[in-house]
Amino acid sequence: MPTVDGILAGKRICICAGSGGVGKTTTSAAIAMGMAARGLKVCVLTIDPAKRLADSLGLEQLGNEAKQVDPELFGRHGIEMDGELWAMMLDAKATFDELVARQAPDEESRDRVLDNRIYQQISNALAGSQEYMAMEKLFELHTEGRFDLLVLDTPPTRNALDFLDAPKRLTQFIEGRSLGVFMRPTGLAAKVAGRGASVALSVMKRIVGFDLIADLAEFFNAFSGMVDGFQERAKRVNGLLADRKTTFLVVCGPQGEPIDEAVYFHRKLVEAKLPFGGVIVNKVHYPAERLRGDGEDLPAALAEHLGDEELAQRVAENFADYQALAERDARNIDRLAGELRTKGVIRVPYLDEDVHDLAGLGEINRYLFASSAERKAIAAGRA
Amino acid sequence: MAVRFSSPRPKLLGIAPIPDLLDKRLVFVTGKGGVGKTTVAVAMGLRAAAEGKRTIVCEVASQENASRIFDHTQVGFHEVEMEENLWSISIDPDESMREYVLLQLKVRAMRDLLFRSRIFNYLAAATPGLKELVTIGKIWELAQLDRKVKSGRKYDLVIVDAPATGHGIGFLQTPRTFAAIARVGPIHSQARQLDRLITDHEHTGTAIVSLPEEMPVNESAALEHDLRTEIGVAVDRVYMNGLYPERFSSEEAERLAALAAEDDGATRAAARAALSEHGRARSQRAQLARLRRRVETPVKALPFLFEPELDVEAARQLAKRLH
Repeated sequence: MPTVDGILAGKRICICAGSGGVGKTTTSAAIAMGMAARGLKVCVLTIDPAKRLADSLGLEQLGNEAKQVDPELFGRHGIEMDGELWAMMLDAKATFDELVARQAPDEESRDRVLDNRIYQQISNALAGSQEYMAMEKLFELHTEGRFDLLVLDTPPTRNALDFLDAPKRLTQFIEGRSLGVFMRPTGLAAKVAGRGASVALSVMKRIVGFDLIADLAEFFNAFSGMVDGFQERAKRVNGLLADRKTTFLVVCGPQGEPIDEAVYFHRKLVEAKLPFGGVIVNKVHYPAERLRGDGEDLPAALAEHLGDEELAQRVAENFADYQALAERDARNIDRLAGELRTKGVIRVPYLDEDVHDLAGLGEINRYLFASSAERKAIAAGRA
Repeated sequence: MAVRFSSPRPKLLGIAPIPDLLDKRLVFVTGKGGVGKTTVAVAMGLRAAAEGKRTIVCEVASQENASRIFDHTQVGFHEVEMEENLWSISIDPDESMREYVLLQLKVRAMRDLLFRSRIFNYLAAATPGLKELVTIGKIWELAQLDRKVKSGRKYDLVIVDAPATGHGIGFLQTPRTFAAIARVGPIHSQARQLDRLITDHEHTGTAIVSLPEEMPVNESAALEHDLRTEIGVAVDRVYMNGLYPERFSSEEAERLAALAAEDDGATRAAARAALSEHGRARSQRAQLARLRRRVETPVKALPFLFEPELDVEAARQLAKRLH
């Protein structure tokens, strides 16, 4: 059975991927804290707009710069900390601005993009921009080399595929300069492109209005000097994702739908030749240990202990409901393990208390970093 | 293209109507990922259909989650009848764009020219927010009594299973962003029209789905605030989904704690499960109270369904509990 520290040994980048609502942010924070506790200097990057991570780590104003979590905080929660835990929340707009500034050949080109009305409207909302900027920041931090390990909490896309496609889509988008050339009314390219293109353009102008077309042309033109730089950078980002010191952890929940999505995402990783590290299933209902004396009348046994038949009945019903959920989870996890051809599914139980602070992260880490023997003991204890 | 509405007259089939919410023409169901938006949207659809309203549940971004609930049949970009009075559609942005152009350009040769044009296809794919805009455009079209699409059915209620938040606010904000970008011209006026539809409190509403946990409560409160103040939509309901029943009193929990301490397999395990349930139910109620303090909207609780899979029967159970 794998443990998170086993999977991450020698890795520099850990990318936690999965659909929304499966506890990805919490898992990322827990992993980063666990690795920091083991002596590494770790930074966790989140893109979540709801500032979940900041809540978890007591960092109210988390921003586009990495900040260290107060080391004293760990001691107060009884967590031994040998390394350093840093966190940052990605600001897609600020990262996009920085990237433009870096890629622009001169100040004039830079300002032309940054001042462009359309750029200002969309640099935060462009489809895929959050995803791409997350990887851009990851690349930047990795290049700086300040940290032993970077943990990336991926954006809450409903479709995990978006994330992998982001660099390609952004590059395509920036390549819109070709469009700008076409749209210059007297440009040579317009003549070369022939009548077909100009007719199509005039039809489009009729539908969307000339102003918008002209504005878009200006927008794409503003990027024209930076295309090569963007493409080169995207290539290097992709290289980093496929590096042997990078690993992807798929995070999911035990219900049918999240399991399906995890299987799908794993397949996409394999197809894209990206390094799959392991799978973490959160909020698992652990089954009770094999009950002594199958067929034993549980309500009767409970009634005997409690001296209250009505209460015994309710306890038995509740137990049956839980067992049904535990059986469902076990079935789904078996299916997941089969599809992924791995025995190493890391399970984190559905805890009695919500996880939203350091103590909670520590509790999760008992499972993420548990050895095989420890895990068995835990499973028995939780029954 | 004026937006025309008429008040639907529900036939009551033994169920009390949900007047302020399901009497609207368009309802967006929103919330963070994994809170059960699709199940609540389908439950709402089942309920409205049972009340006699011709209802369609729309999915966006080709998720096909609702069709999974209905026996895993793929719906696609068609209005498919699921049950009496209940239809479903998965709104594909490319198809919506195509349909939009077809409605705009009556001359076939011009349409063909456009669809073949590299520039058009590039622009359609690359223009930021255009996919969301044409998706909302299609939702608008579905909500018309005078449908633009030939032989389009008239619906009393259109329910939208909106994208997860983060993207959710952005989604509803698209028309306004576009109206600002386009300044003048047909796109500008159509984007303005869509924005007016979204912010029309009489006919359009939103329901936020949340879970009784710390983070979802924080995010739902932030979402409610942003939807009200930044976009100006009517937020009619916050549904607290997945609430565990309170099966045991504190006094009973104490008795169970004594039993859980004893070393006896089955009864001990059952007692521990009961204590676990008791603890969860209690912390969930604390979260419910916290959410009620933090939002202006009425908060309604929906029960956790002890079902292995959330199928149409599970959604039907939930439909009865909607209020």
